[in-house]
Amino acid sequence: MPTFPAIMSQLFGSLINLHGPGHYIHWGFIQISVANLVLIGLMVVVFFAAILIPFRRHGGRG
Amino acid sequence: MMTANTEIAVDSASGLPEDADQLTAKLRHAAVAALPPERLMPDRQPAYVASWIYVFGVLTLAALAVVIATGLVLAIFGPSWWHVSTVGLFVNSLHLWSVEVFFFAMVVHLWGKFFMAAWRGRRRATWITGVVSFVVSIGAAFTGYLSQQNFDSQWIATQAKDGINSTGAGAIFNVTNFGQMLMWHIVLLPMVVVLLVAGHVLLVRLRGVVPPFAPSKSPAPESDPVPSAEEIPTGDGG
Repeated sequence: MPTFPAIMSQLFGSLINLHGPGHYIHWGFIQISVANLVLIGLMVVVFFAAILIPFRRHGGRG
Repeated sequence: MMTANTEIAVDSASGLPEDADQLTAKLRHAAVAALPPERLMPDRQPAYVASWIYVFGVLTLAALAVVIATGLVLAIFGPSWWHVSTVGLFVNSLHLWSVEVFFFAMVVHLWGKFFMAAWRGRRRATWITGVVSFVVSIGAAFTGYLSQQNFDSQWIATQAKDGINSTGAGAIFNVTNFGQMLMWHIVLLPMVVVLLVAGHVLLVRLRGVVPPFAPSKSPAPESDPVPSAEEIPTGDGG
């Protein structure tokens, strides 16, 4: 019977394959890994979401 | 009925008049005057703080707390534990991913504060301590990557040494010296980061959270005063 860590590694390993060299994007002198580009994109998405999504206010006096 | 001991204790809280010249009394009065408890730990925040963009500062603090807590656990048990043991590997991963959350939240916090021009209203020191904390945190993370004791850390060290040497700092800051990098990572840089962040948070409490721009087209004056507790519209703020 597979152990819990083996099950978890199989589960997450099936989502993102981290074996092998990373993927890079080259644009002139700019070179960035896809992982870092995705992370920067996520930060931009979260930034605008934080501005646009209304903040739920709990019942108060106001 | 108040006993004699209780009376002395109550008087000691504000200080006896004859002790007013003592250094402890002077320091206490100066500290309370600079950071009154109601400003240090306010019950309510201004209404404009009720926005998700104001959450990322405290999210950064929470991630920093996890970074420090997991780092302490790693320091207790040592490399042979975090490289081999299943629990050690898990705590090591928690340490790494809390750093990822720390930087993610800090960058969103930085963008939010930049576009709010959060240095307005005598908040320059708050902005600067935040920027310097960010820079020192990069150094702390960098020395952490060098302390991994794997091929990744060796690759980073050999790539970074040329850059560091080109600045002239390589003579005293040797990125291929594991012992030195580990000491910088677990002693010097965390201490500086924690002190800077503590100063940053105290300044936020002292100067208040920066208000949003006024709806009018004219920019807020540079001498925008810090709003007093009475002037700040209150809301639940989250």
